[in-house]
Amino acid sequence: MARYPRWRFFLLLAVILFAGIYALPNVFPDSPAIQVTSAQAGGELAERDLQRVHSALEEAELSPGPGELDGHSWIVRLPDSEAQLRAQNIAERVLGDGYVVALNLVPNTPPWLRALGASPMNLGLDLQGGVHFLLQVDMDTAVEQRMEAWASEFRILLRDEGIRYRDVDERGTEIIASFASAEDMSEARGLARAHLPEFMVSSDEQANRLRLELTDDALREIKDYAVDQNRTALNNRVNELGVAEPLVQRQGADRIVVQLPGVQDAATARRILGRTATLEFRMVADDVDPRRVEAGRPPPGTEIFPYRDDRRPPVVLRRENIVTGDQVTNARSGFDQHGVPEVNITLDGTGARSMQRVSSRNIGKPMGVLFIETRTDFETYEDEDGEIRERAVTSQDKYVINVANIRDTLSSRFRITGLDSAAEASELALLLRAGGLAAPVYITEERTVGPSMGADNIEAGLNSLALGLFLVLLFMIFRYKVFGIVADIALVGNLVVIVGVMSLIPGATLTLPGIAGIVLTVGMAVDANVLIFERIRQELRKGASPREAIDFGYGRAFQTILDANITTLIVAVILFAAGTGTVQGFAVTLFIGILASMFTAIIGTRSIIELIYGGSGKRAPAQLSI
Amino acid sequence: MRAETNIDFMSVRKPLAFLSVALVVLSVVLVLGRGLNLGLDFTGGTLVEVGSDEDIALQAVRDALGAEGYGDAVVMHFGSAREVLVRVPPDVVESADPEADGAGVNRDEVGQRVFEVLSRSIEGLDLRRVEFVGPQVGDELRDQSGLALLMALGMMLLYVWFRFTNKFGVATVTALFHDVIIVLGFFALIQGTFDLTVLAALLAIIGYSLNDTIVVADHIREDFRYSRMTDPEAIINQAINKTISRTLVTSLTTLLVLVSLYIFGGEMLRGFSVALIAGVIVGTYSSIYVASNVLMLMKVDKEDFRIPEPEELDEMP
Repeated sequence: MARYPRWRFFLLLAVILFAGIYALPNVFPDSPAIQVTSAQAGGELAERDLQRVHSALEEAELSPGPGELDGHSWIVRLPDSEAQLRAQNIAERVLGDGYVVALNLVPNTPPWLRALGASPMNLGLDLQGGVHFLLQVDMDTAVEQRMEAWASEFRILLRDEGIRYRDVDERGTEIIASFASAEDMSEARGLARAHLPEFMVSSDEQANRLRLELTDDALREIKDYAVDQNRTALNNRVNELGVAEPLVQRQGADRIVVQLPGVQDAATARRILGRTATLEFRMVADDVDPRRVEAGRPPPGTEIFPYRDDRRPPVVLRRENIVTGDQVTNARSGFDQHGVPEVNITLDGTGARSMQRVSSRNIGKPMGVLFIETRTDFETYEDEDGEIRERAVTSQDKYVINVANIRDTLSSRFRITGLDSAAEASELALLLRAGGLAAPVYITEERTVGPSMGADNIEAGLNSLALGLFLVLLFMIFRYKVFGIVADIALVGNLVVIVGVMSLIPGATLTLPGIAGIVLTVGMAVDANVLIFERIRQELRKGASPREAIDFGYGRAFQTILDANITTLIVAVILFAAGTGTVQGFAVTLFIGILASMFTAIIGTRSIIELIYGGSGKRAPAQLSI
Repeated sequence: MRAETNIDFMSVRKPLAFLSVALVVLSVVLVLGRGLNLGLDFTGGTLVEVGSDEDIALQAVRDALGAEGYGDAVVMHFGSAREVLVRVPPDVVESADPEADGAGVNRDEVGQRVFEVLSRSIEGLDLRRVEFVGPQVGDELRDQSGLALLMALGMMLLYVWFRFTNKFGVATVTALFHDVIIVLGFFALIQGTFDLTVLAALLAIIGYSLNDTIVVADHIREDFRYSRMTDPEAIINQAINKTISRTLVTSLTTLLVLVSLYIFGGEMLRGFSVALIAGVIVGTYSSIYVASNVLMLMKVDKEDFRIPEPEELDEMP
């Protein structure tokens, strides 16, 4: 060992040991478990309720593990997935509406490893099964809605200041206001500049017209707000679905990614995500001539809506809302004393005041509950450049679900009935709780992988890795004898380092192409050793001594091998930058694999070779087994 | 230990040059004429994979779908007779009427609908996978992938330009394009589904092929500088002989893992492994013959190395 620095040997040992420790959690298989969280974000869990669940599970002989509190959730391990499903049903029955019970797979990392911060690799949806949605936020609608609001704000401003206008109208991202006189216009201009900083104000003196143009910053703000608000609402909805580790993330300017690992029922998930259902409470216009209703000509200030079930005649409602869905702070589904599904609603301060004011004045009169559902689909069209584009198509269903006479002054809490089923009641409650979407969304990409397929993919990946590794190990021994064995040790060490690093990087996710990347790395990683070993052979043929041959073979090895791998490293970076989802997984493992192979193949094999052939003087090797 | 290889590789270089040119031309014709069978990632549409414990008859699937207005769906077995893949093309129709679309089914719900239709007529079906890609996302993925491919090629050109000068640069880059074009042509020939994973394979081939060629080109350059021989053909031959075992061993180990991926990796990785197997084979051949042929064609000789480049440039990657 005289020539070879000892520290490198210890560096090798340290790296392999370190990577090995962090790779270790992957050896322990995950357990099926149920995860209980409060239905309210960040809500507390009552110890008593959890005890009740646990004893119910024990009674059902499901042999649950001890319950563990982990932040805001409570986890109980179960022996198999059948017990897991039954446990979920039992827990839901015991706990009722206030809690969400999700199925989860929890790692069985031993405590001492967890204390070191070690955890298994994240698996992509293609390996664990689940649903991936890419949702497109319909920005045109978001902007349109905001512009309408601004236009009406401007009208109110003008009215409050006593400025008379002919017309205030929004067109795209502009508000055009026209006035009868130049004085009115210039007053209005001052008002707009003072109160609407989001707009650039310009005027046309001849036509007495003002042009308010939305600034780019304000436009960007509208869009950012729409995406962020939608992300929050979607996050709430996903949490309500009871998914163990969901991901709701903004992607680019106007898209949101939703990933629901382990979810099998994509249809429900899709409905909950894309749906916008809300309620409005309005007074019934009960003094309308029925003939006008039949003719479809409601008196001014009223609207006709169909009743939910066709047997009842349409209802005429006043235009004014007493309360809208966004004033609902809490909604719970349940049953009334006759077993009819109902939704219990709690209003915020504004809503409650408004409800109180109107109901106290209208005791004995009927109030209607209007159900509004917005569906969003998209259609494709070709734009002027012949590019295929999408645009959102929304359609709204509005119908009355309930008309009841106000018996007493209502305030912040009351309940509504008239829903079709318990399932509909609980879905409506969910949507009211989670809040509306700022702009319609539609699904523009979906990838659903069934759980059996995920398991098959893992098996396929592991089998090909096993066979590939076996063949390469065998071949290297056959071709390079002792040196081959050394290269094989380095190759296995390389795998440990890849798995360790993948487990250590929090954002790294293993996908099926990622496994393919590891398999490919196994084949390509030996290249570094092949380069070195072939060079040693050449030197031996030329008559060099074993010592000289080893030194020459490894001389400038780093340079040569970096040089040989740099092209693949560049490609991996490009692939990561340009690729999406699972393909990025390939880029990650390829990149890590090549870096790891450079380390193990150069420092790793050299250290072991020096251990075997490193003697000097009398112990110097007479020949090499290569 | 065996003696050093000494094969006269260059003796067959002329017929192989014709072969290479022919393959490249054929590939271009295939890609342009027949076209690539683009996967769902790039075309958009809906893909449903169902499985069962028993064999599924394709005709039954087609009949069930045809009756529900999905007659233009492509139906095929996937991996085995127990798995069926249904691909519904995106309808790029200008319809302003949302109700006109498949009895009011949202486009993103086609997958669910297909599965429902099939489960009604075939028992014991298991939904294995649904993929839905909207036309705009498909377009973007296609643009992005094309960009990635061009960027990879561009970066490689830059790298080669930095690392080699003149004739060697041209020779290496020719080998690179040779490989990429032939693999694309091969995919057009077998009409394998060209999706994102195949694109990843193609990029990996770019890295692999260039690296392989560079190792050989380096030796050729070294021998031109330091060898006492003067005949370019003999020098190239000697350099190839020196690197041939490394080239073959690395290709072989890579092929070993790729074949095991092909056998065990399942249907999802089949295209990926096929592309890489083709790429490694073509890449190995091109690292021996294409670059050297181009060098001969450009009449490389010792004069090209009379004034050696600065040493440090040579050593930098």
